[in-house]
Amino acid sequence: MNFAGILAGGKGTRMGKTELPKQFLQLGEKPIIIHTVEQFLISNDVDKIIIAVPAQWISHTKNIIGKYYNNEKIAIIEGGSSRNETVMAICNYLNQNYKLNDDDVLVTHDAVRPFITQRIIKENVEYAKEYDAVDTVVPAFDTIVESTNNNTITNIPIRDYMYQGQTPQTFKVKELMKTYESLNDEEKKVLTDAAKIYVLKNKNVKLVMGESYNMKITTPYDLKLANLMIGNKVNDID
Amino acid sequence: MINQIIKLTQIQKFEMCFENIDIDTEYVIVRPTYLSICAADQRYYQGKRKKEILDKKLPLTLIHEAVGQVVYDPKNEFKKQEKVVLIPNTPIEDDDIIKENYLRTSLFRSSSSDGFMQSVVLMRRDRIIPIKEIEESLGSLIETVSVAINAIENFKQKSHKRRETIGIWGAGNVAYITSLMLKKYFPESKIIVTGRNNEKLSYFSFVDQTIPTNEFTENIKVDHAFECIGGTGSEFAIEEIIDHINPQGTINLLGVSEEPVRINTRMVLEKGLTILGNSRSGYDDFKKSIDILQDKQIQNYLHNIVSEVIEIKNTNDIYVAFDNDINNKFKTVMRWNI
Repeated sequence: MNFAGILAGGKGTRMGKTELPKQFLQLGEKPIIIHTVEQFLISNDVDKIIIAVPAQWISHTKNIIGKYYNNEKIAIIEGGSSRNETVMAICNYLNQNYKLNDDDVLVTHDAVRPFITQRIIKENVEYAKEYDAVDTVVPAFDTIVESTNNNTITNIPIRDYMYQGQTPQTFKVKELMKTYESLNDEEKKVLTDAAKIYVLKNKNVKLVMGESYNMKITTPYDLKLANLMIGNKVNDID
Repeated sequence: MINQIIKLTQIQKFEMCFENIDIDTEYVIVRPTYLSICAADQRYYQGKRKKEILDKKLPLTLIHEAVGQVVYDPKNEFKKQEKVVLIPNTPIEDDDIIKENYLRTSLFRSSSSDGFMQSVVLMRRDRIIPIKEIEESLGSLIETVSVAINAIENFKQKSHKRRETIGIWGAGNVAYITSLMLKKYFPESKIIVTGRNNEKLSYFSFVDQTIPTNEFTENIKVDHAFECIGGTGSEFAIEEIIDHINPQGTINLLGVSEEPVRINTRMVLEKGLTILGNSRSGYDDFKKSIDILQDKQIQNYLHNIVSEVIEIKNTNDIYVAFDNDINNKFKTVMRWNI
C-alpha cells in the first residue's frame, strides 16, 4: 500500500501574532491543510492519509476535516516532539494498524505546502519503489554561501550541484523504521531530516523535481503570496 | 484544493495559474492523461485569430481533445481510475430538435470556457464517457472522430441514397478520420480522397483511391463530397467540389475558415446541391465513436496519425509541443503529467 503522512506539527508560535498554527490558517476559502490533504485524497497513487498533529490540535483537526468530508481514507494521530519523531509516530501507527510489506511506501509531506502537484506525488511513489528513498527538490537559483562561523564565508559550493529541499520525502515504511532505530540518541537529535539519515547510511535517495510554487507557507508574507497566487485580494486576508 | 491551470495569457505565452476547487460537489474530478492539439488551439497560440477575438477570449485554457482518469467521484458512480473521454461541448439547455453542438447557448472548452490543460478538471457527469477497450494514448483522438461522426450522421439523414462515390477534399487529420469513418459507415461506397500533399495522401491506404490535386481530372465525378481543408484553401476546394459533384449531391463542410469564403451559388442552384455545415459534436457522437473505436483495426489506423507524443511536466514542455506541432504531419499528443 501507499500511505501519505501529512506533517502538521506546527504549534503556531512563529506566525506573527496569530495563535492558530499555520496549517489551519485560511488560504482562500479553506484552511491550508484542507488544500494539502485534498491533493492526496484525489491521488490514485495514495491509499491512506495519516495526518499527524500536536495533541492539543487533534480535536480541532478532526472538526475541520469533518466539515469537508467524512472519508475513511483519512486518519488523524498525535505527532512527535520533532519532525523525525512525527514521521516515526506515523510509521508506528501504520505498523500497529496494517500488516506492512517491505514495499509499502510512505510519502511524507508538509501540511503547509498546499501547492503540491499530482506529478510530484506520483513520481515520489514510483521512485520510492525503485530507490531507497526519494527527496523532492528544486535547483538552487541563488548562490549558496556557507559560513561555519556565522561571520565570514567559509565556502561557496558550485551552484549547479545545489538544490533546495522541499517535500514530499518518500520512504519504504519498514526500511525507514529500521534505519531510524539504528541511530543512537545523539544522532537522532542531530539528524533532523529523514533523507539525511539515508545519505549518511549510504543509501540512494532519488531526486524528484519539485516546483518553485510548491512553497512552504511559514511567514505572513508567504500566506499573502499564496493568497495572491490563487486570486484572492490581499486586503481580504489582512 | 488548489488546481493548476495553464492559460494562454497572450500570443505564444503560457502561464501557470492556480485556482481553488471544491472536491465534494456534484462534479466528477478527472485527471487528464492524454491531450491533443487541434488547429483551433494553434490559431489561438499563434495569434491567427482576429485581434478583437483574442482580446475577448484571452486568458484562456486551451485544448478540447482529451482523455483522462477519474480520480474522485463523490457519488461513486464512476470507478476510481476509470478511463473516460472528456466531452468539450457543454449544453446548458435541452432542445428536442437542435443538436447540442449547434445550440448557441452551449459552452465549448478552449473557446467559450476553459479547456483541459489543467491538473484536474471538474466534469459534469453527462460530459464523460468510459472508453472501455480504447487505448488511452489514442483517447484524445476520440474528439476528432466524434466530429466526423457528427458530420456523417447529418449526411446520412439529409443526403439522397445514391452514394456510389464519395469524395473527400483534404489530407489532414479531419480528412483522414472522416475518410476512415465513411469507409466504416458505407463500405460499399467508393471513397476517393484528393489533396495537395502526396506524402500525407499515402497514409490513406484504407480508401479506394487517392488523387493528388493536380491529377484531379474533369471526368472524375462524386455523388457527395466532404470538404476537410478549411482556411484559405476552402474556397478552391468548394469550387472544385461544385465542378465535380453530381446533381443534388451534398457538400459537407468541415473546414474552419477565418475569412468569409466565396461560393459559386449559380452552380449550387443549377445542380440543386445541399450544403451542410458541420461543427463540433455532442454526447451521442462521442458514444458512437467509442463503440466504433473498440475495433482494434481502426485503433491501428489512428495510431498511424499520431505524429508525436510529448510528455508534459511543466509549461516549457507545452511550448515544445505547440512548436513541434506546426511541423508535424498529423496529430501531436501530450502525455499529461503536470
